[in-house]
Amino acid sequence: MSIDEQLLQLGDELRAEGVAIGTSELLDSVAVLAELDWRDRATFKQGLAATLAKSPEDRRVFDLVFERFFFRAAEGAAIEAGVVEAGGVGANADAAQQIDLEQLRAQIAEALAEGDEGRMQDLARLALAAIGRASEGSGVVGIDVQRIRRALGLRSDPQPDYPPGDPRREGLPRDALRRFEAMLRRELERAQIERTQALPPSRPLGDLDRALPSGPAADLAAVHRVVAQLRRRLATHGVERRGSHRHDHVDIRRTMRASLQTGGVPVVVKYRPRRPRRPEIYVLCDVSTSVTSASVFFLSVLHALHDSFRRMRSFVFIERISEVTDTFARERSFKAISDAIASDAGVADVSGYTDYGRVWSEFRSLVEDDLHPRATVIVLGDARTNGRDPRADIFATIAARAGRTFWLNPEPRLYWNYGDSVIDAYTPYCTAFECWTTHQLEDFVKALTGSRS
Amino acid sequence: MDALPESVDAVAEGLRAAGYLPGGSTALVAYLATRLHKPVLVEGPAGVGKTELAKAMATYLGRELVRLQCYEGLDEAKALYEWNYRKQLLRIQAEADGAGWSEVQDDIFGEEFLLARPLLQAISATAPVVLLIDEIDKTDQEFEAMLLELLSDFQITIPELGRIAASSQPVVLLTSNNSRELTEALKRRCLYLWLDYPTLEHELAIVRLHAPLLPDTVARKLVEVVAMVRELDLKKPPSIAESIDWARALLLLGASDIDAATFNETMSVIVKHRTDIELVAERVGLALA
Repeated sequence: MSIDEQLLQLGDELRAEGVAIGTSELLDSVAVLAELDWRDRATFKQGLAATLAKSPEDRRVFDLVFERFFFRAAEGAAIEAGVVEAGGVGANADAAQQIDLEQLRAQIAEALAEGDEGRMQDLARLALAAIGRASEGSGVVGIDVQRIRRALGLRSDPQPDYPPGDPRREGLPRDALRRFEAMLRRELERAQIERTQALPPSRPLGDLDRALPSGPAADLAAVHRVVAQLRRRLATHGVERRGSHRHDHVDIRRTMRASLQTGGVPVVVKYRPRRPRRPEIYVLCDVSTSVTSASVFFLSVLHALHDSFRRMRSFVFIERISEVTDTFARERSFKAISDAIASDAGVADVSGYTDYGRVWSEFRSLVEDDLHPRATVIVLGDARTNGRDPRADIFATIAARAGRTFWLNPEPRLYWNYGDSVIDAYTPYCTAFECWTTHQLEDFVKALTGSRS
Repeated sequence: MDALPESVDAVAEGLRAAGYLPGGSTALVAYLATRLHKPVLVEGPAGVGKTELAKAMATYLGRELVRLQCYEGLDEAKALYEWNYRKQLLRIQAEADGAGWSEVQDDIFGEEFLLARPLLQAISATAPVVLLIDEIDKTDQEFEAMLLELLSDFQITIPELGRIAASSQPVVLLTSNNSRELTEALKRRCLYLWLDYPTLEHELAIVRLHAPLLPDTVARKLVEVVAMVRELDLKKPPSIAESIDWARALLLLGASDIDAATFNETMSVIVKHRTDIELVAERVGLALA
């Protein structure tokens, strides 16, 4: 197969994984290869990456797909040509017996501590020959990898039994260990392909593989960035005008003054300046156990919103509702806020399960007089009522009094209305969004501010 | 020097001579940019040397650097061109009698009355330049759309004058801090370079280059501590620029070792958020003590 066809196939696989690649990108990648001496693997990969992967997320997917694709391409070609590696895994069980396991363990630990890529690769093959043969593999690659790793005694936590100077005493570097496991996995797959003389079906990447590693503070910063964008959009796009505000009002004073220039004839009509509407936001955030994983995300959204909007009131709820606007005003650090909310919001009553019906009626009695058509109500919750009455009628009256109502649901759309989720009872009165990543939050921001322009 | 670089290694060598240590695929992408005449989109966290790369490229290629700093509300009058309105007025008044309308009109929309802003400057320069469009993510999408013509064809259309094609091929670098997703159309026209925090050895070399007088042991300890700080979950991890600042600060203070006391005094050079400072003081301060 020629290199162009290979590139096109690689492009197809990347597209299948959600990387946006157009014909122009593929043309570029061919042009790039014409300029480079790409017999070197790293150069080849970097050259392609510069034209095909144009964001950090894409780059990560590209790396994974690149490895998978060329591994499969090479193995496929090997099967076709009937190449069997001498000294491969299946070759000589006798030689394997002679490998000193203790020495091998020490050598591998040393290579891992140094992070020597080439040596790790060699040792992975050796380890497979030594241990992979000893007992027949389970046939499941992931299990075999772990079995071999255990047999080699490779652990990232410190093992004080070893003498000083041995890298295992301090524990092996985690990422080197992960790389070594990937190598083992690859060698096992190679052996399997050699045995069966066929390529296994290719597996699409899971969400876990493609997610970029990040920590809570970085996530918080990302949420803040999206909310800052939300505020800017709300400020620059202007807001929908209703009722009499749709028309301009003539400013009599300024019109008269301007008319002096034209001898008292009001040729130029001056209008009153339009005052931008200040959004007033009510946010209700579910903090019950069913949304534990999402509530950190939601609280950080709340935190970021408070940074951006002054006229905002926030509430947390489980069985009852409690206003936490003051907590946010008082505390600056996110950790202090989540601690304060966890300790003294007093929202759990008896069971600790969400009771939406009660929450709506309490919310209505709390803010009924303040709600007006200029207000926006945002609910962050999974709409799981635990079998209680959703009381959509109260929710409807709240939505009718407020200008706009949004629902952000931390569950994938697939699970909506499944089990005790009753989101459909509320959707007639509000716009619901799936929202559990900053990307989806961004989509919400777009929908919120973009639909009117 | 007008000749294009011969190989990737030549570019790496040249950038090194210009005081920039390229890492990973930086030299490769820079080489491709000069050979393929494609703009490069450089992304990465703040302070990893995106702008420096453009400066080093200009030094290495012996070209002038034209820089356009982007900000919210940047429009074409400030980025592309503007008519020199005062000069046009003067011209009309000087010609007040005698000259016909059409002559004056032809006249006042000539290149003489055009104020070239960075982008027009870059493509109308006789000698090729390096054009740096800094922090493109700060502008609006409309501005990006306006750039497309320039980036793909190296030309600008001015309604009154027609098309101005580039007289020389500039090397174009766009930088972005990833604060907003750029449009696909823009990305499609660019090569992509992701600059990340450097490896330990690489950063050590950079620090040595910028603070050659700092003792070796201190420099090594410094990059190790910075790497340790980056491992923590911070709002704003320290960048290369901050490691260099720190190295210079330590040099000024004449520190011969980084111990807990020195670290606590000078920490504010690399960590700049109150919550971050608390976390770093707690974790790294303990590790050093």
